[in-house]
Amino acid sequence: MKRLFAAALLAALASGCGQDAGTDPVQYGADPQLPRQQRGLVPSMKIADPAPWGDARPTVPQGYRITAIATGFGIARQTLVLPNGDILVAEGRGGGERALRPKDIIAGFIKAKGTSQAKSGNRLTLLRDADGDGVYEGRTVFADKLNAPYGLALVGGQLYVANQDALVRFDYRPGQTKASGPPVTVTLLPSQINHHWTKSLAASPDGKFLYVGIGSNSNITERGMAAEVDRAMVWQVDAATGAHRPFATGLRNPTALAVQPGTGQLWAVVNERDELGPNLVPDYLTSVREGGFYGWPYSYWGQNVDSRAQPQDPAKVASAIRPDYGLGSHVAALGVAFSSPAMGPLFAEGVFVGEHGSWNRSRPSGYKVVFVPFRGGRPAGPPVDVVTGFRGADGKTRGRPVGVALDPRGALIVADDLSNTIWRIVPERRSPAAEAPTRPAAPAPRADPPATSAPY
Amino acid sequence: MTVTADARVPRPTHPFFAFLLAGAVPLFLGALLSDLAYGSTAEVQWSNFAAWLILGAMVFTGLALLWALVALLRARPRKGWPLLCFVLLLAAFALGVVDSFVHARDAFAIMPAAPILSGIVAAIVGLAALAGFSSLRSGESR
Repeated sequence: MKRLFAAALLAALASGCGQDAGTDPVQYGADPQLPRQQRGLVPSMKIADPAPWGDARPTVPQGYRITAIATGFGIARQTLVLPNGDILVAEGRGGGERALRPKDIIAGFIKAKGTSQAKSGNRLTLLRDADGDGVYEGRTVFADKLNAPYGLALVGGQLYVANQDALVRFDYRPGQTKASGPPVTVTLLPSQINHHWTKSLAASPDGKFLYVGIGSNSNITERGMAAEVDRAMVWQVDAATGAHRPFATGLRNPTALAVQPGTGQLWAVVNERDELGPNLVPDYLTSVREGGFYGWPYSYWGQNVDSRAQPQDPAKVASAIRPDYGLGSHVAALGVAFSSPAMGPLFAEGVFVGEHGSWNRSRPSGYKVVFVPFRGGRPAGPPVDVVTGFRGADGKTRGRPVGVALDPRGALIVADDLSNTIWRIVPERRSPAAEAPTRPAAPAPRADPPATSAPY
Repeated sequence: MTVTADARVPRPTHPFFAFLLAGAVPLFLGALLSDLAYGSTAEVQWSNFAAWLILGAMVFTGLALLWALVALLRARPRKGWPLLCFVLLLAAFALGVVDSFVHARDAFAIMPAAPILSGIVAAIVGLAALAGFSSLRSGESR
């Protein structure tokens, strides 16, 4: 009887959300379907139920193979493939904001159930496959005592690391397995509260500038407008001086940045706001325009006003840019990397996107790595599943993808921060031709070659 | 001095029940005022105040509801002030749960439901307090 009552109460509470009936709207591409905003008493929810991999493995397309090359990290987030093939893994968990409301305590407790319980590593681990057989037998701590490192970029002999509170730099020589000393701080980064603590990173093709993605301090300004100064934007940082300025704003949580090979254009994946229903707001992939404003907090997907943010700013809403490509609501895109023909004809031109997976939906979305095909340097066509099976048919979640990186020799590197594993996906029958550079991944309107190793 | 053996001699409201009833009223009232302040200023801290005030109010209301239930079960006959007090507290508690969930929404999503609900609950719990203080407990030994 009591259970019946509880079930009836829950149903009554959820009915306000009225969402999960029927099929989901099409939310990928340039013009995603945007349903009406829905606000029930409790948000639509499904928290990941973690389970070990056991003998299970993520699923990859036919003709590809996936292996776990290393595990046991202190929360594996982003990776960087160095020119000699070594892989750097940024490990850590940041944030730790204090609960402001009763809700924060409850929501924090619920959401923590779907994530790794491992301790924050706060370090960079280097993985090495010296003989090129795909087995990464070498493993060293490249640098430790960092503060929740996330974004990584190599510019010539400088390795840049975006900690949750500062952009720092190490000297790097090819073949190095350990940093030669403590890092130099390039600039401090906004870190008060740090609700969205991850600091994503990419370098301009000439290496003069670094781009740092800084997430908002709230879902939708519920910590006040003042907490959002210097948040929800991409900074451009002068590598030489550390001087910085907002490059683009209104990007709620730009969790990963990548520079397009050939064009030098900056791209980002951005996590959009929650609690407007299971099908709002689509996370997106977009080219980042200098000086552009992308809506947060006043509006989403262009001029769709979100009245939760008060006071509103109609002038800002009018100026809001529509992003290039919707990825689907609540998929939680946390990684982006440009592909190359070395990944096979299916994935020759486009980007890989790591989708951590939803909480704000009763029918989960994300929990996979997808490929967004490009044509003529722009997204073209629906996303293609690349790595799936992180969420099994049994409803258990065995892994959650975060950072994706391309090994130019023809491998996709995926960091999984639930099982704390680094996955490597390779085309199975690789002809020697695939190893050699064939054609550029994207048309190159500008002829100047990248002066640096682009941080894929 | 005569001591009566009749267990039905009425006594005034128990001090602890009075404490619970009187405590819930200003907490809900505070939530209402905070909601109104948030509505007019969009200063989010008012909404945080309201959420915590409601949480406190719900502890008082919940305990008062239990007390009123026991008092109702022990009352002979089971009607009049004890029944009214219980029903009002039940309504206040149910609406208070809804009000709590509304206050769990982010930023201005709590508007305009928050002050409306907080106002209704404050009024109901005020009436419950009046009913509670008007009801006379039966004087059974504790």
